[in-house]
Amino acid sequence: MSDHKVDNNALAADNPTVSARPPAEALRELRRWRWQDLVFSARYGGFFVLLAAVLLAPLFLEGLYEFDLAILVFINASVAITLNLLVGYAGQISLGHAAFFGLGGYGTAILATRHDWPALAALLAGVLLVALVAFVIARPILRLKGHYLAMATLGLGMIIYLIITTETGLTGGPDGMSVAPMEVFGYLVFDELVWYWITGILLLLIYWLSVNVIESPVGRALRAVHGSEIAAINSGVNVTHYKTLVFVVSAMVAALMGGLFAFYSGFITPTSSDFMHSIEFVVMVVLGGMASVVGAVVGALLLTLLPQFLAAMADYKWLVYGLILMLVMIFMPKGLVPTVHGWIRRWLP
Amino acid sequence: MSILRVESLTKVFGGLRAIDDLSFTIHPGAVHSVIGPNGAGKTTLFNLITGVYKPTSGRVLIEDRDVSGLATHQRAALGMSRTFQNLQICMNMTAIENVMLGRHLHLDGRFLPSLFRLPRIVRGDAEARERCAELMEYVGLGKYINAEASGMPYGALKRLEIARSLAAEPKLLLLDEPAAGLNTTETAELDGVIARLGDAGVTVVLVEHDMKLVMNISEHIVVLNYGKKLAEGTADEIRRNPDVIAAYLGAA
Repeated sequence: MSDHKVDNNALAADNPTVSARPPAEALRELRRWRWQDLVFSARYGGFFVLLAAVLLAPLFLEGLYEFDLAILVFINASVAITLNLLVGYAGQISLGHAAFFGLGGYGTAILATRHDWPALAALLAGVLLVALVAFVIARPILRLKGHYLAMATLGLGMIIYLIITTETGLTGGPDGMSVAPMEVFGYLVFDELVWYWITGILLLLIYWLSVNVIESPVGRALRAVHGSEIAAINSGVNVTHYKTLVFVVSAMVAALMGGLFAFYSGFITPTSSDFMHSIEFVVMVVLGGMASVVGAVVGALLLTLLPQFLAAMADYKWLVYGLILMLVMIFMPKGLVPTVHGWIRRWLP
Repeated sequence: MSILRVESLTKVFGGLRAIDDLSFTIHPGAVHSVIGPNGAGKTTLFNLITGVYKPTSGRVLIEDRDVSGLATHQRAALGMSRTFQNLQICMNMTAIENVMLGRHLHLDGRFLPSLFRLPRIVRGDAEARERCAELMEYVGLGKYINAEASGMPYGALKRLEIARSLAAEPKLLLLDEPAAGLNTTETAELDGVIARLGDAGVTVVLVEHDMKLVMNISEHIVVLNYGKKLAEGTADEIRRNPDVIAAYLGAA
């Protein structure tokens, strides 16, 4: 059954390879392109729907309030997608991600408002600051697993939140601080529609790049860290490197979104970095579906809009909100998108 | 040149000497076996060789290179691959993706090329997929090529681990009790796969406590008992060795 091949790979130059021809049918199945793969894939179907939604929504949105909601959805979805790389794909929980959002927001706001930095430079500096913090903290913190990692990220978030609320001279303390409007090359970004396109296009970009990462050796390594860290290490995956990488990248995107949020709203308060905000980000990922890019977007959409829809219920708003989350998790433990995807796959040939 | 050499290796857990002053040499080619009763230190030995544990004293050499300071993933890069007694399969991935994980070191694992999905990433993954399908067929998993790992039976997953190890194109393949938990038919199939690997020239080190299984396919056997080397030699020599008989059957 085995045939000897000349292997030109340097890693095992003098090693004979083993191989057998798989059944033609299995190979055909492996190579076959089915329309389901196009329609229900994150890369094609999911991206197309998101693209269409971002492009067409302005035709239906009316007034500042609705545009404001759309911008918030875009910002939250961008954070949720990259948090999902960490939580859903690599299986590493972070209960302090809002701290990176807040730190990016405050870093950008302080530099742009108090030190008159150009907006883009302030944004970049905010992102790099958070990258540095995340990188330094990543090694010790990502050695921990499960509940211990949850506790440690929770603690990290609380420390950053505490610093932001107590450094009154720098951050304005619990009252927050106002942020100078974003000026890019002499153009004042103020209009809601401009903000809509900035955040919308960024979301599309982050979505596309995340799918690229997932469907690559890097993405496979990340999922292997989740599936079996031991198998990953023994396959030559530098687990520490990939954990650090995905932690830093997701923190950087959170920081970028925090900076943009600060500019957009013209005001930033410590609540942007508090525990509840961190939990919200995690719930977006879990509700929409772990290890699903589309799920992260759907989760962000629901969690941003649900409180608005429930506003009419006044006192019962948070009760119903909590109940909906509980019911989804009880009946769809994998999250909305993977569960519905599973149903569709069972219905289709 | 030896492919693997273990020199006066010792590992102490508390008061237990799990591996006790063990030395042996594995030459390239063919199937080698490390056997011994349960608790003899076989899996500990594998964990020392792959760098999961740090030895109390002694050293491990791969192709005459001391690997003491290297982490597990760095040792894998030297051409060493292993399977596990208790399965280590990524159940969140498909069967073929598990095998493709084994090809990690042959692919571009850097972040930026993946982020921008450079053509080499797409090409590398496509080639790896085909190659891994061939490996799955080689270990007799042709019908699972498009399956989810979580839906496969135990015996198939054991062979999936072998396919994943082979995907790395290792110089040295360490198999930790590949037959544990398999029924007789599955064991016979596995026997065939391992023998074929040996014939193809892959250096296989097999850990087993079932002597019957290894006798037919091993060219060279090391017998462990309480962490010490009890005997070493060909299958025939081992079968006749009075110490081995005593350890397995009780003193006559």
